[in-house]
Amino acid sequence: MALAIRILLLLLFLVGCGGGREGRGITLAGSTSVEPFAGLLAERYMAEHPASAPINVQGGGSSAGIQAAQSGSAEIGMSSRWLKEGERALETILIARDAIAIIVHPSNLLSDLTLNQVREIFAGRIENWSSLGGSDQPITVVTREEGSGTRGAFEELIMEGERITLAALRQDSNGAVRVIVAGDPGAIGYMSLGIVDERVKPLGIEGVFPSQETVSSEAYGLVRPFLFLVRGEPQGLAKEFIDYVLSPSGQEILEEEGLVRVK
Amino acid sequence: MVRERIIRYLLLLVAFSALGSLVLITLFIFKEGLPLIVKVGLWRFIFGSDWSPSRGSFGILSMIIGSLWVTAGALILGVPLGVAVAIFTAEFAPPALTAAVRPLIQLLAGIPSVIYGFVGLTVLIPRIERYLGGPGPSALAGAMVLAIMILPTIVSISEDSIRAVPREYRDGALALGATQWQTIWRVILPAARSGIMTSVILGMGRAIGETMAVIMVVGNALALPFSPLQSVTTLTSNIGLEMAYATGDHRRALFAIGVVLFVIIMALSISANLVGRRPARR
Repeated sequence: MALAIRILLLLLFLVGCGGGREGRGITLAGSTSVEPFAGLLAERYMAEHPASAPINVQGGGSSAGIQAAQSGSAEIGMSSRWLKEGERALETILIARDAIAIIVHPSNLLSDLTLNQVREIFAGRIENWSSLGGSDQPITVVTREEGSGTRGAFEELIMEGERITLAALRQDSNGAVRVIVAGDPGAIGYMSLGIVDERVKPLGIEGVFPSQETVSSEAYGLVRPFLFLVRGEPQGLAKEFIDYVLSPSGQEILEEEGLVRVK
Repeated sequence: MVRERIIRYLLLLVAFSALGSLVLITLFIFKEGLPLIVKVGLWRFIFGSDWSPSRGSFGILSMIIGSLWVTAGALILGVPLGVAVAIFTAEFAPPALTAAVRPLIQLLAGIPSVIYGFVGLTVLIPRIERYLGGPGPSALAGAMVLAIMILPTIVSISEDSIRAVPREYRDGALALGATQWQTIWRVILPAARSGIMTSVILGMGRAIGETMAVIMVVGNALALPFSPLQSVTTLTSNIGLEMAYATGDHRRALFAIGVVLFVIIMALSISANLVGRRPARR
């Protein structure tokens, strides 16, 4: 019994020691596309401001983020799409742009497609690379699962209301899409430009290759906004954090992670 | 005396809490899933071939067929292998070898399913694509991974039932001049039939229920499959794949898939009990 009390006291002591941060923290919730970047920013911010209250970052998806900001259950909502009609009444702050890259196997002979060709491929109407001037190889379409923010952005930017073929392989993460595309010479998929690496080859769209410059100038077509959403004027820690994200060092971090800066 | 009684009631409570969680899970799945089945209609839910939750179509036929293909494939590959291992360890192997093989097979059961999936993804899929064609992620890849995952179940139960065949059967057959193989094939396997069937049904249950490894290797395409080299979606892989973002009717539809799985698994374990109880013929 005495031992148990001693352990309890020790635990209380340890918990007490952890409490270097004061005041109420804030919560960011929403788009799982924005989440990892916001998480990184929160980490850096708290490292630079050891006395600040905690900043919690959660996922849930853009729609959930918009709702959370409206209801006040999160101080800052995160969204990877512009608000729809009827979702207004929120302050939107553009923190960065994300571009979607259409990726193929590095051995693919093509280096450029039109938006229309991408749509035809993902709708399942073009089934062989040879009909686009590539090698005679069946096309393996790789997509994300329904509900994913990246898929939502892809459908909005490319599909124009058409559906992605049922024959498409579905993967539940960018990493899994990359593994499949990197392993299949006939595959085509899509992911955030920021996480494309040398294992896959990004294609140009309508003659424009995706890069920081072409995304900033909006010459490249497949771009979506990363937004912070607040109800009314941001205050306290929320305001300080937003200022940090838009500051040169915050934008620097986002750029290093593959996004396109807005300031 | 009092202590005995306290322990007894405590154990009873623990036993009931396991049963209680089963009841609660069942109630929850049905409560969440049934309304959607009613809304869509059982027939259209089961036999609809279009799954597109954002457009309000909820047909799971391609997933049911996907589960069937992958499970049947796993049994075709896994059962002969597993029964052969069981025959070998029970009948042929010297005791020292049995003592080595058995724990190794059981070790297979302890490997996390994500590891099976990862090995399938990095080792199996590129080879299927290179040597057999198709996109790589396929029903065949799922079947091969599951065949290995169900081995421990099949081997251990089959081996036990082979060992349980009375010694007299063996002696009698050998005394009549049968070779060892004739004895195994004509006498021992038929006598151990119900145990082997039980092992197959339990293996089937494991194969249908497996999620993580399957998601990683089957590719999860929704088109109806016509070849084992095509990508499929299984009932479980679809739940696992879409669970993260599903809301509203989409989420309820995933629970409804859970209801279908629940019914299938229940039917399997009831039949495993019936088969296991039936005495061997002859």
